[in-house]
Parts: sequence; C-alpha cells; structure tokens
Amino acid sequence: MNLTLKIWRQKNAKDKGGFALYTIDGISEDMSFLEMIDVLNERLIGKNAEPVAFDHDCREGICGMCSMFINGRAHGPWAGTTTCQLHMRAFKDGDTITIEPWRAAGFPVVKDLVVDRSAFDRIIASGGFVSVNTGNAKDANNITIPKPDADESFAAAACIGCGACVASCKNSSAMLFVSAKVSQLALLPQGQVERKQRVQSMVAQMDAEGFGNCTNTGSCEAECPKEISLTHIARMNREYMMANIME
Amino acid sequence: MTKLNSKIPAGDLETKWTKYKSSVPLVNPANKRSIEIIVVGSGLAGASAASSLAELGYQVKCFCFQDSPRRAHSIAAQGGINAAKNYQNDGDSVYRLFYDTVKGGDYRAREGNVYRLAEVSANIIDQCVAQGVPFAREYGGYLSNRSFGGTQVQRTFYAAGQTGQQLLLGAYSALERQVGLGTVKMYSRHEMLDIVMIDGKARGIIARDLISGKLERHFGHAVLLCTGGYGNVFFLSTNAMGSNVTAAWKAHKQGAFFGNPCYTQIHPTCIPVSGDHQSKLTLMSESLRNDGRIWVPKAKNDARKANEIPEEERDYYLERRYPAFGNLVPRDVASRAAKERCDEGCGVGTSKMAVYLDFAAAIERYGKIQVNKMNLHNVSKERILELGKEAVKEKYGNLFDMYAKITGENPYETPMRIYPAVHYTMGGLWVDYDLMTSVPGLYALGEANFSDHGANRLGASALMQGLADGYFVIPYTIGTYLSQDIRTKAIPTDHEAFVEAEKKVQEQLDTLMNIKGTKSVDHFHKKLGKIMWDKCGMARNEKGLTEAISAIRALREEFWKGVRIPGTQNEMNLELEKAGRVADFIELGELMCKDALNRKESCGGHFREESATEDGEAKRDDDNFSYVAAWEFKGVGESELHKEELKFDVVHPSQRSYK
Ligand SMILES: Cc1cc2nc3c(=O)[nH]c(=O)nc-3n(C[C@H](O)[C@H](O)[C@H](O)COP(=O)(O)OP(=O)(O)OC[C@H]3O[C@@H](n4cnc5c(N)ncnc54)[C@H](O)[C@@H]3O)c2cc1C
Ligand code: SF4
Ligand code: FES
Repeated sequence: MNLTLKIWRQKNAKDKGGFALYTIDGISEDMSFLEMIDVLNERLIGKNAEPVAFDHDCREGICGMCSMFINGRAHGPWAGTTTCQLHMRAFKDGDTITIEPWRAAGFPVVKDLVVDRSAFDRIIASGGFVSVNTGNAKDANNITIPKPDADESFAAAACIGCGACVASCKNSSAMLFVSAKVSQLALLPQGQVERKQRVQSMVAQMDAEGFGNCTNTGSCEAECPKEISLTHIARMNREYMMANIME
Repeated sequence: MTKLNSKIPAGDLETKWTKYKSSVPLVNPANKRSIEIIVVGSGLAGASAASSLAELGYQVKCFCFQDSPRRAHSIAAQGGINAAKNYQNDGDSVYRLFYDTVKGGDYRAREGNVYRLAEVSANIIDQCVAQGVPFAREYGGYLSNRSFGGTQVQRTFYAAGQTGQQLLLGAYSALERQVGLGTVKMYSRHEMLDIVMIDGKARGIIARDLISGKLERHFGHAVLLCTGGYGNVFFLSTNAMGSNVTAAWKAHKQGAFFGNPCYTQIHPTCIPVSGDHQSKLTLMSESLRNDGRIWVPKAKNDARKANEIPEEERDYYLERRYPAFGNLVPRDVASRAAKERCDEGCGVGTSKMAVYLDFAAAIERYGKIQVNKMNLHNVSKERILELGKEAVKEKYGNLFDMYAKITGENPYETPMRIYPAVHYTMGGLWVDYDLMTSVPGLYALGEANFSDHGANRLGASALMQGLADGYFVIPYTIGTYLSQDIRTKAIPTDHEAFVEAEKKVQEQLDTLMNIKGTKSVDHFHKKLGKIMWDKCGMARNEKGLTEAISAIRALREEFWKGVRIPGTQNEMNLELEKAGRVADFIELGELMCKDALNRKESCGGHFREESATEDGEAKRDDDNFSYVAAWEFKGVGESELHKEELKFDVVHPSQRSYK
C-alpha cells in the first residue's frame, strides 16, 4: 500500500521541532508498524537524510520501550497492543498516518519520537520495592498467598512502564503506572511492612516529577497496552488515605 | 600456550561450594565502602549483581543502553525458571537438576559449575518471592510448577507467559532501591565501548552517553560484564533489537578468551519469516509443545490447506522418529527435524519453510475432559470443541493472541505455522569458577559467559543461571580478588591508560563517521546474517564453513569501505550505535565459523553433517573433543585455540537418545 506519513521531527531537547511529510509505497500488510518505519529509514539513509529516531527493543510488546502516538492514540488503533505489535493490516492504502512522541511535562522529548521517561525510574526508587537484602529470604512456600490475590497482584505487575497512560491523559497523570506498583505490593503479604511509607513516598515523587492529577477520565485504562485496570488507582487512593490517617 | 585454570575447588562435588564459601577471603565493611565496582548490564545477571554487591557495601556503577534498566532483554523471557525445590514431591533434587543440565548440554559443561548452579537454584525462588514476584499459585496458596522439555519432573516456576518480566522487575526494584540509597549510580542510555587496562588488570571502562554522544571514563576496582548473548549476529533472532556482542568482543580484544563461540541454540517453535522486511523473529513458548502436535504433509509440495489434508496423509515426524519423547524432544533435536522435512520439500506455508503446530487434538481432548468435569450428557461435537477451545485459551491465550496479531490468522481454527529461529548463545566469554575471565579483575555473568549450559541449554535454565550468578555466586567469589586489592586507591581518570583508551574509541568513531559510503548498516547486517544462517546455522559442514570465513572477510572489507552513517557523532545517533555493533558482529561471525570448523564432532546445538549416525542423528566424539574451546585474540581475523579438558567424575557421558 501507499501511505503518507506525518512525523514529528525534533533534533534535540532544545529544538522547537515540527512535522515533516513523507510518502511511502510498497508497504505490505504483513509488516509490523515499526518495520514500516524501518523501510522509511532505509530510504532516508539512501538519500543521505537522517533517519527518524524512535525507541524500541524487544519488538514483542514486553519491554515497554516503543512509544509512538499514532493518529492521536498512544500505541495506535488496536486495543491492548503496543506500537511494536501493531501491524499494517490496521491501515489501508492511501491513509495518512500522524506519528508523534509522547507529550507530557514529565517526559521531555530527547529527539524525534524519543522521550525521557527516567521519572518512572525515580518513582520506583522512591519506594516501589520490598526492602529485602539478598540472602534474607525464608523458604518460598512459607508464604502462602490466596490465588485470587496472587492473580490480581500479577495483573498489576504486568505494567511495562511504557508511559502510554501519561501520554493519553489530558492532565498527564501517572496515577495508573504508580498505582499498578503500589497495588501489586499492597496485595501481597511481603509488601505489608512498608505499605504506608511506600505509597507516601511514591506519590510525593510522582508529584515532584511534574505529573498531573487524576480526574477520572479513564483514558489511561483505555489506552494501556497491558489493560491495567482503573481499580488499582482506587486502591492506591485508599492506601494513601489510610497512610495519612495513620500519621 | 597459556594454561587455562578453571579453579574448580578440590573435594567432593557436593561440598565444593560450601567449603569454598566458608574459606573465601573477606573484605571488611570499611574497605568495601572505598571499593568501586562497575557492572555493565542491567538484565537478570546485572541487576541482581549490582543490587547484591551494593547491599554488601561496595560502591557500584551500573550501565545499560536502554532508557531504563527495566527494559533489558531478560524482560522478554516467557516460559519459566527452574529450581530444585521438589515442591511437587516428584523426586527432584539438586543432583537430578545437575544431572539433567549436564546431559541436556551434551556433556560439554563443567561438573563443578553446574552442581553449584543446581545448589543455589532453590535460594533464587525464595529471594524472588520475598521481593514480591507474583509467581503462579495453586488454590491452596502454594507455588505452582510446570514441566519443560528435556526433563521428567515438574520444577519450572512461572508467572503466566511473562516469567522473565516478573523476575527482572523484582531485580530492578532491588536495584532501584540501592539507587535511592545512593549506593548504586545508574547510567542508562550509556554504551560501554572499551575496557581500560592498567598493569594487566581491568580498571575501568570507556562509555558513550547515547544522548549527547560524549565519551566518558569510569574507574572501577573490578568490572563485571553482564551484557547478554550474541544471537543477533544472525540478524534475525528472537533477541531484542539492541542485543549485541560489543562489550564481550571489546573484552576479548583486550585479552579475555572467548569460549565455545559456535554453540548456538536454535529454538524450534518460532513464527516463520514473512518477507524481506522482517526485523526480528518471535518465539512461541516451548510450553506449547506439551499440547500441540507437530506435522507436515507426507507428500512433497502439497499445496492443499491444512484441514484439507486427511489424517493418513500427515507425517507427525517427531512422534515417528522419537516415539519415547515425541513432541517433547530437546530443542536442538526438534529444530533439526523440522529443517530436514522442509529441505525434503514437505514444508508448508507460502515460503515452504514452516511446519504445523496443531492444537486440534488437544482442543478435542480438553473438551472431553471439561464435559466429564461438568458432568454433561449428550453433548454435541461443536460444544465439546467450544469447551476445549476455552480450556486451551486459559492455558495459552496470550501466546495465541500474539500469534494472531502477527500473522492475522486464527490459531484456534487453523494450525500455527512455526519454524526454528536463533534464540540463545551458549558460547561467551570464558570464565573460571569465580566467574572471572582470563583478564584479572574482569568478570562475565549471565548469558555473556560460556559456563553452565555446555553445547545446549535446557528450557528455563538461563533465568536460573543469570540470577544464580548475580545474587548468589559473585557476592562471594569477587572477594577472592578484591581482598587482595584493598590497598588500591581509586585511580584518577586522567591516568594515561584512560586517556589512551578514550583516544582509541574516539578514533574508531571518527573512522566510522568518515567512511561516508553508500550502504546502510542494516544492509551489511542482513548479509552477515544470511551467511551465518546458511553456513553456520542448524547444520554445518567443512566446505560451507570455509566458504563462510572468506565471505565474512570480504564483507568486513566492504563494510569498512561502504557503510553510510548520516548525522554526526555529537548527538543521539542510532545508526552510529548500530554500526559499531555490526562491526563487532562481523569479527565475531568469523570466529564462530572457525570454532565450528575446528569442532569436527556434533554436540548439542552444533551439528556437523560429517559427524552423524546412519539415521541422521548427531554423533559426539568424546575422545577428541571433550574440551572447552577458548579462543585468544591475536589481531583481527587471527586467533589461537586453547583447550580446557572436561573431566567427568560423577556422570558418565553417553550418547543422548530420545528414541
Ligand atoms: C524471547 C525469549 C524468551 C526466553 N525465555 C526464557 C525462559 O522462559 N526461561 C529461561 O530460562 N530463559 C529464557 N530466555 C533466555 C534468557 O531470557 C536470557 O538468556 C537471559 O535473560 C539473559 O540475561 P542477561 O542478564 O545475561 O542479559 P540481558 O537481559 O540480555 O541484559 C543485557 C544487559 O546488558 C546491557 N548491555 C549490553 N551491551 C552493553 C554495552 N556495550 N554497554 C552498556 N550496556 C550494555 C543491556 O542494556 C542490558 O541491560 C529467553 C530468551 C528470549 C530471547
Ligand atoms: S499502566 Fe499501562 S500505559 Fe501506563 S506505563 Fe503501565 S503498561 Fe504503560
Ligand atoms: S519494543 Fe518492546 S514493547 Fe515495543
């Protein structure tokens, strides 16, 4: 198929940036979206032009590195899918596709479609762990966990840290990401000891990074490639309230 | 010829590690605070090592090229992690895990190392659970296990099809905790480009900040390479796009021997190549072989659709050739059998380079079980199949969805098409029992070293090895070296060795940028991949390997004359990053072919057509090849072979048979 691509180009963090238009032909519907960009980049290199910079690594929907805002939607049109899993079957001949980076105060653009998501690492460093040194652990089966709790904890832990939730929220809120980690550990016996401090530190760090408030619009859940549920936000709010009451 | 000393402690297999631990020299806490350790890599091996060493009190600097340590390639592991817990009461033990691993590796690994791995495996599960890793559980609240290829017990722990993700996020959280405490300094989007050597010891690295393009010098009393495997030398593999050999290769060029470079694992169940645009291959977990049946049409060039081919015209070739193990033979055997059928012209799909993985029988079987469970009577065939599909969905839903997204086909209705793909590299930097390479102060952990899997790795054992190395081995073994080094003060990075090393890296970057050729990096990478896959892939022979070596040499020349890298080096430049990696892959490719040429026997993933039994099975040659091939760098394209003899005191090597 033949396509028109409208892609955000920005040389570096300081550059103002803007859209560039490209036309591309010979795209097969078996290609993944990123393979389509590979084809574009090969042609740009052929013309001695700079290829489009974008983040990607696993190309199978698990590392959370790919991050494109496609036709106004984080990770494009397919539900529960990362950009790298999106295939060109989703488009038709003659389409114009607009591709932008994540846009949020907490995620400054590095180059073209690449953004800086290190704020997420700092939020985890502020409390997204159980403080257990290597060698401290007792036999694993000494901790029994009801299957429903284990399953729900797993569902929260499936977050890939991609940041689509932030990118699709009009307030650039990181609540879905933060609540997924808080929820995972709050549901497990191992997470109880530091429960109160964890939620307080993580929320404080989230605010310090410049992410906005949650006003329950639900677009994070709708666009999350791992379909992380809004119920985790509700759980985190409860955790936060309880922690503050216990002060 | 240098003598390779594996430093395996003396004494009984069962007590070596315990004795070692209680006699290893210690570094006192005050001294630890002034010792700096560089960890390159943040996958399972790197993150677990960096956090554990920081907990002990060392000052750690950790590097990765992704934008966050959480994205290291370990995140993609699907199936599970082995541990000798014997929670299922099915007769598992440290010995059995040890034995299965040595046998699975076709008797090309060290007994001492593998036994230690099996010993610490149980601690790994304890540690991960304590961190909050949500492993799958039974209704009683206890941990669940599944079985994996090449074993007869259930010892694999898992978290749906995302085990690597959950384990890595556990190790990452431990790492970030130390970052928060200030004991680890994390350098994301940094790529190590050389080792700095002072007085014959590794004392630091040169790294490039991938955002600004600037080179940086970092000092460390010791340097740990946890940089993963090199499967991407084939261009197409199941590895992440960024996985590369650069760190290990630069170390090799500084004197670290490369062990068994030709041992490559080709995984039998991956989604086949769909066209020239293909950028990577996707694994379909080995667990599918528990229920799926693999077949091709009996007739050559059969153009009919799968469901138009009647039962008696199908060839379930694994069940036919290996009645004892059937579809559950080890990976190397299953891969070769698929290739054999496709080479005979019986392959399926448009490319004819694929075989069917069929769930029809499983769907029907599960459907009937459901009917019994639910106590239903007079159930129609449709209803049985519907119930069966639901059961299969519960077990493998995420994999079936992944297949459907990629191929646009519905695997519940038509059999999946699969073909083998490059997946894992058993070869890597040669290390001794301490995990130290042949360069003092330079260590290699995880997939980056050659150690524990011999010539073939069993499923669910790489995660185990990476975490064993990082959590439970290196925190002890590094003491042997560092206890001798407590008087060494941090060496300032204006030392001439740092200046020289940086200059050398700078020159290579300049050279690459100044070629200004006409072909993209990928052009060369694809060419290299094709040579490797055709001549150093699933089957190898003398003629092909010799041809490959000259073809790779020619490609190397072409690359250094013809590569085009747009942009500049003082900015984020993804093509420049790739170019450096491909330059190293080209040199590695040649060494892999040399190693494959040298090893005239077949063993594990290495199949030499000249060394096969009459019915086409691999034939090992213990009299001549029971050794680790450790290669020393002697200049580009030149290498010298050193042999470490393998001694088996406990297990007795026999010809593997799965018939
Ligand atoms: C699709 C897939 C599924 C798998 N499933 C399983 C499974 O179910 N069970 C199992 O046991 N094994 C499995 N494996 C194998 C296993 O995942 C890997 O062998 C293992 O995770 C490797 O871990 P590692 O820590 O050694 O390296 P990696 O996780 O690859 O980490 C390498 C690290 O090094 C860094 N790095 C590399 N080079 C540089 C450089 N020059 N400078 C700076 N940083 C650098 C990277 O940024 C990264 O952080 C699977 C592999 C694949 C591909
Ligand atoms: S919650 Fe969903 S959208 Fe947000 S980072 Fe996690 S996986 Fe991405
Ligand atoms: S590239 Fe890893 S999730 Fe898309």
